[in-house]
Amino acid sequence: MSALFDILASAGLWAAVLRIATPLILGTIGALLSERAGVLNLGIEGIMTFGAMVGWLTVYNGADLWVGVLAAALGGAMFGLLHSALTVTLGLSQHVSGLGVTLFASSFAYYVFRLMVPVAGTPPTITPFQPLDIPGLSSLPFFGPAFFNQTAPTYLAIGLAIALAYVIARTPVGLAIRMTGENPHAAEAQGVNPMAVRYGAVIAGSALMGVGGAFLTLSAFNSFFPTMVQGRGWICIALVVFASWRPERALLGAILFALFDAFQLRLQTVLNGVVPYQIFLMIPYLLSIVALAVMARRARVPQALMQPYRRGER
Amino acid sequence: MRFERREHRSTLLVIATPILAVVAALAIAGVLIALAGAPVFQAYWKILTSAFGSRLSATETLTRASPLILTGLAAAVAFRARLWNIGGEGQFYLGAIAASAASVHLFAGLPSLLQIPLLFAVGAVAGMVLLLVPLSLRLRFSVDEVVTTLLLNFVALLFVSMLIDGVLKDPAAFGWPQSEAVDAAARLPKLLARSRLHIGLGIAVVIAFLIYFVQTRTVFGVQSRAAGLNPSGAVFAGVPLGRTLVIVAMISGGLAGLAGTIEVLGVKGYVTTDLSPGYGYSGIVVAMLANLNPLGVVLAALFTATMFVGADGMSRSMGIPTYIADVTVALSLLSMLVAVFFTQYRIRR
Repeated sequence: MSALFDILASAGLWAAVLRIATPLILGTIGALLSERAGVLNLGIEGIMTFGAMVGWLTVYNGADLWVGVLAAALGGAMFGLLHSALTVTLGLSQHVSGLGVTLFASSFAYYVFRLMVPVAGTPPTITPFQPLDIPGLSSLPFFGPAFFNQTAPTYLAIGLAIALAYVIARTPVGLAIRMTGENPHAAEAQGVNPMAVRYGAVIAGSALMGVGGAFLTLSAFNSFFPTMVQGRGWICIALVVFASWRPERALLGAILFALFDAFQLRLQTVLNGVVPYQIFLMIPYLLSIVALAVMARRARVPQALMQPYRRGER
Repeated sequence: MRFERREHRSTLLVIATPILAVVAALAIAGVLIALAGAPVFQAYWKILTSAFGSRLSATETLTRASPLILTGLAAAVAFRARLWNIGGEGQFYLGAIAASAASVHLFAGLPSLLQIPLLFAVGAVAGMVLLLVPLSLRLRFSVDEVVTTLLLNFVALLFVSMLIDGVLKDPAAFGWPQSEAVDAAARLPKLLARSRLHIGLGIAVVIAFLIYFVQTRTVFGVQSRAAGLNPSGAVFAGVPLGRTLVIVAMISGGLAGLAGTIEVLGVKGYVTTDLSPGYGYSGIVVAMLANLNPLGVVLAALFTATMFVGADGMSRSMGIPTYIADVTVALSLLSMLVAVFFTQYRIRR
């Protein structure tokens, strides 16, 4: 028991929690934004992969780290545009279109990466984001290393989640998004253009997913390798349900999830050899499934989610 | 500009759709090849000759097509009933490991004629079980099965990795994580001598015809289609929705598990974590390219296998990353979606 307590009391664990949570926060609020407008975006896994690749490649070619983040956002937005064209304009199945976007975005990312970076024994690296030194806070005992020793994108992610919670709940734009996700016909009757809202939400959401992927290559690690996203996108989709489609809960959900993940990583070193490591690696995926099963009935689903909107057609 | 539903679809249009979609995908992929600085037509010619230019390459392409037919059918059967089984990859691996373990530890020594069908059953059941979990979550807790089947793929692969690094590890493999080789009697007979091509191809094609028959000629075929087109309407018409979905899931998961079984018994004889280069995921593309038609799946699987085998050869000689095959296959899925849309709708100004 004391071993477990030691893990929970270490500042390193809590620092890891925020680090692990960052891509999940960004991916989850991105997916949440487009789902609140009524569009499920299963392109997330591929968009995160592409964001991770293009962000890294931009920096590798000499650009500033923030330019890399911007490139990832633009890359994500590009695939968001593709997904909206297929699901909003044409009204195709959001499931199949999203999977198609994932397959395309990830294979395109691998293709571009292989083309630009020849095969090498050790993968090339960049200098990633360094932890920010916040005067006063970073030097606090325990709390400093635990919570105020993160890189800038982590604070950005938390800020964006809070901002999105405000925008959705309190602003006219948020109201238009919610109306479009609940009842696009009523929204149109109120002078909102549901098509435009859905396009905007999917594109902005995909940009967030792209940045979430870029965090992996620009901050958490310093190189890109295929399959590095490892299902994080799918976990984000599960977290949206767990958060009952609310950004503030998505933030908490992602952090809670990261806590479990960071905890199991440390437990793995304690129980090394007793329990096969694969068991620990399964935990995040199983946890997502359990979260879905617990929350799916209780969550408030946007009523028009996955329903294409065609003017004059019911 | 708006879209208007077409009153009727000509057969020509329906047949032309996948061809147009593939041509569009090849054209876009051609731009990517050109951007990489290679001559496009030469590259495509190289893909074709690398996939069919010799006896070896042609049999290799057919060998690659066999599991794709089965995973494609697994997806097509499920999608038709709007059961979004994206877990083909996990079911493939679970089928493979279950069959190889059963061959080594249960049925070793049994004659081929008895052992192989038993192993097929074991592998299919393993795939079924993995799909019944997300289905029961959907029926009991209304959990969307897309996400759960996707997540279970990772769990299944880790589970297989744990087994072949643990209890099922081959002690004679110099420490490499792989399962013990299956009994010699469990290996599938070859279709052609001096090649890797095994009877799995024939089995897959026969199953495609069987499913075509079931879907077009039986009550269950109509029920599963109705369950997908309009679930509440289907219930109203007396279709037992839950039971229909369970049977669909058993067929779909079973086919994916069988795909893994046939791959391990037909090609390698033992399981590693790179047994499948994404057969489960490619199966989704195959199903969509075939517009969920079981006979179309055979052709779509052949196209997909051609791209993968051909791109390997093209990549080696022209320096274009092999990922171009994945890009082309993904693009043909997207363009197929658009093409199918335009067989159903026309543009009105």
